[in-house]
Amino acid sequence: MGALSIRNVRKSYGTTEILKGINIEIEEGEFLILVGPSGCGKSTLLAMIAGLDNITSGEVYIGERKVNDLSPKDRDIAMVFQSYALYPNMTVRQNISFGLEIRKVPKAEQQKIVAQVAQILQMEQLLDRKPSQLSGGQRQRVAMGRAIARNPTLFLFDEPLSNLDAKLRVEMRTEIKLLHKRVGKTIVYVTHDQVEAMTLGDKIAVMKDGEVVQFGTPQQIYDNPVNLFVASFMGSPSMNFIPCRVAVLDGKFGLKMDTGGQTHVFPVEGASSALAAYAGREIIVGIRPEKITHKVDFLAGAPNFYVAETTIEISEPTGADTLLVITINDKNIVCRVHPDYAKSQGERMAFMFDMSKTVYFDPVTELRIL
Amino acid sequence: MADSSNTQTQGSSRFGRYLIYTLLGLVCLYYLMPLFIMLSTSLKTLDDIRTGSLVSLPAHVTFQPWLDAWSKACIGVRCEGMSVYFWNSFRFVVPAVLISTLAGAFNGYVLTLWRFRGSDIFFSALMIGCFIPFQVILLPMARTLGELGIFNTISGLIFVHVVYGVSFTTLFFRNYYVTIPDELVKAARIDGAGFLRIFWRIILPISTPIVVVSIIWQFTQIWNDFLFGVVFSSGDHQPVTVALNNLVNTSTGVIGYNVDMAAAIIAALPTLFIYIVAGKYFVRGLTAGSVKG
Amino acid sequence: MRRFLANEQFEINCSQAVVMRARRVRISKIEEMVMLASPPSAVDDTVRKPCRLSLSDRIETWLPKIILAPTFVVTLLFIYGFILWTGCLSFTTSRMLPNYEFAGLSQYHALFANERWWVALKNLALFGGLFIAGCLAIGLSLAILLDQKIRGEGFIRSVYLYPMALSFVVTGTAWKWMLNPGLGIEKLVRDFGFHNFTFDWLTNSELSIYTVVIAGVWQSSGFIMAMFLAGLRGVDDSIIKAAQVDGASLPVIYWRIIIPSLRPVFFSAFMILSHIAIKSFDLVMALTGGGPGFSSDTPATFMYTFSFTRNQIGMGAASAMMMLMIVAAVVVPFLYSELRSSRRG
Repeated sequence: MGALSIRNVRKSYGTTEILKGINIEIEEGEFLILVGPSGCGKSTLLAMIAGLDNITSGEVYIGERKVNDLSPKDRDIAMVFQSYALYPNMTVRQNISFGLEIRKVPKAEQQKIVAQVAQILQMEQLLDRKPSQLSGGQRQRVAMGRAIARNPTLFLFDEPLSNLDAKLRVEMRTEIKLLHKRVGKTIVYVTHDQVEAMTLGDKIAVMKDGEVVQFGTPQQIYDNPVNLFVASFMGSPSMNFIPCRVAVLDGKFGLKMDTGGQTHVFPVEGASSALAAYAGREIIVGIRPEKITHKVDFLAGAPNFYVAETTIEISEPTGADTLLVITINDKNIVCRVHPDYAKSQGERMAFMFDMSKTVYFDPVTELRIL
Repeated sequence: MADSSNTQTQGSSRFGRYLIYTLLGLVCLYYLMPLFIMLSTSLKTLDDIRTGSLVSLPAHVTFQPWLDAWSKACIGVRCEGMSVYFWNSFRFVVPAVLISTLAGAFNGYVLTLWRFRGSDIFFSALMIGCFIPFQVILLPMARTLGELGIFNTISGLIFVHVVYGVSFTTLFFRNYYVTIPDELVKAARIDGAGFLRIFWRIILPISTPIVVVSIIWQFTQIWNDFLFGVVFSSGDHQPVTVALNNLVNTSTGVIGYNVDMAAAIIAALPTLFIYIVAGKYFVRGLTAGSVKG
Repeated sequence: MRRFLANEQFEINCSQAVVMRARRVRISKIEEMVMLASPPSAVDDTVRKPCRLSLSDRIETWLPKIILAPTFVVTLLFIYGFILWTGCLSFTTSRMLPNYEFAGLSQYHALFANERWWVALKNLALFGGLFIAGCLAIGLSLAILLDQKIRGEGFIRSVYLYPMALSFVVTGTAWKWMLNPGLGIEKLVRDFGFHNFTFDWLTNSELSIYTVVIAGVWQSSGFIMAMFLAGLRGVDDSIIKAAQVDGASLPVIYWRIIIPSLRPVFFSAFMILSHIAIKSFDLVMALTGGGPGFSSDTPATFMYTFSFTRNQIGMGAASAMMMLMIVAAVVVPFLYSELRSSRRG
């Protein structure tokens, strides 16, 4: 049995169903991300794991214990909140030791633990301050310290970084990842930020409307999204979706790409059989921005690599990359190009399409065509 | 807020500013005049009052009216001054204030951070208590106090003031606690703290401002109350406000205006003192109970 | 783990949780019996059983309700119950002592046939209208004046507000003295040389209710000023700056933008003032005692007089119920609009 298993968990308030049968299982030491747009039920699920919210039906196991009816304090968990939820009347030291004190840990041991935690998070100098005297990042650190001090079997994080500014968020993200490595405990982490999800998680559960749409490793989810929603939710800038007609060409399938006057047909390698049902019909082709770049001579012409020339509509330099917007099949498409090769707005440029990681979706069901 | 810098450069604005200050000053005099007249009258002899002017300073300062008011003036049949009633008021005001504040704190804590099905409805129902005219409960309450054997006692007054003060204190604490994030309680629950421990260790320590507001508000309300005092007590057990009214409206013999004024100031002293010491909280209490309520 | 063991003894065992725990801890006799007695389906963990919670946890979940219970009972009995009780009394023939002989609406008929009650109602309308209008006008004007970056604002504000700390009885006593025709303001003005000046409202049954207005406005206008001032301070600065950029002058900004945005403050102030007016008892008692005669009676003094000095409990109850109706007539529309606007916002 895993470190945490959620079995067919449902939650409803009256007749409205918030969670519609969630099944997730993770192993000891894994970092699970619950990600999804707001209102998808991810925070409710976390609250149910924590015992702060009742479970309507289904079971939650932490380790071997079924915890459905245990109160939060008996679940051997610790939680870090979005607002940090530091006790404003207590010093950092008291904040960290409060949980230990309630659990009747001897004073001497409390002090030892506080010292250890402070050292891990490098906040020895903050111990005697009140939360109001701390910066956002420092509060975040204390909140984590409070969780670590308890040494629980399961850590819960509820959007812990969303109140921080962009720079600090990246720093703390790294810090959480390091911490996970050091402590090696199982973590459930809720976020709406797909970058956090990708960078932190061992496993990601993408949620929408009270359901887990896809559950897998970050790479699986990035490369093989099960439907249009997951594909568009994960990745920044978002995946391009091009409506394309499937053409049949010498017994092979091809995708018609119209780049403003010029029509290209990109042959499809592999996965061909699945497309048979769609011959002559329109499908949605998903291609990530980084798969449309400037033309690299030695790759052009290789299987799955195709070149098309078109006019640049908009150019958005981000520093590391330049995002170029072009039009294919009357849709704006974002391409990620190395700044050295990017041409300016209004100029024509040859783009190379790497179709090897392209995914196809049914335009009606929005499901992946495999 | 309204930035007057653009008007200040104009020639007429200087005059305008003087006008504003003059107006404000005159209004200050208007508000202070009764207090001044009370004070100066209380230090005059009766002759001085008859011959002098209402607004003049005493010709000879005398403290006799104060001494009379405190320990000799006749209220009803007893001629022992206001002192008995002054202490009476303290004896029921202090417990009533403390009990209603503590109850309000607990209620507010439950109604915001431990909400349950129906708790919002209960809160609305409780708020009606802030709105009803108390005349509507006087007759049954008089009867009930009689049945309980606490009519015309200090305990009876404590009871009545707590019962009808809890609506207000609950409102104060609820409005204060809604600004506390729920996550604070959740964090404490995960840390293993229970309902009471969270209250004593976390919520109450951060409630100091609202506790002060509630205490000041309740003290002022209960000290200044007249209706409950006049209906539910008589004779020796009356509060100071009722005694003052009896003193002033007893029309036997020579009317000692100076004694009346001294007695009025004595009755007003505790609340005035609180206003001067903690005016900031006083204002906050008034607006907390009104703007949001 | 240590936490776990500490809690063990409080568990009430009757299900799955027991089985889990039993592996670690000794199985007591009772637990054994429970386990033996429970049919297999009781261990089926998809069925939720309230008895799985430990005793301390169960107390814990009930504690908020237990804490609230006394207030609940008190509210139910001493507010709603008493309103009902008073309502019942108003339908009886009660005089000196309450009795429960049904009298229909006769007390209400008698009440509305009573000239004194009509005087009280007329006085309430007069006093209420003037008191509310006066406090709102003075309060708003003072707030706007004080909002002009005044030096010593804190001090001035405290001066305007201090009467609110006084009891209405004290206020009444003070003004009774000042309005006293023989030695008060009348004499003061006459001493200045205006020998025909008369200011005898206190003893004039036509005008005595206006003295209550004067004292009432003096006491409460400062409070309304504080409310308006708080409202003015809450107006978004950028709106005013935008209006200035648009070329609006200060009076126009106040009249067209700021004052309309104080609508909620007007509402609350109106509520509070009408409430004070309807409940006005202490001030009238201390200032005029309802006199001369009963010329300055209000419903509150009427109710007191009939219930407690004239032994007409039935009619007193009827007048109290009417006061409740009047308050409801003011409060209900207010609450309704508040609720509607808060739902919109």
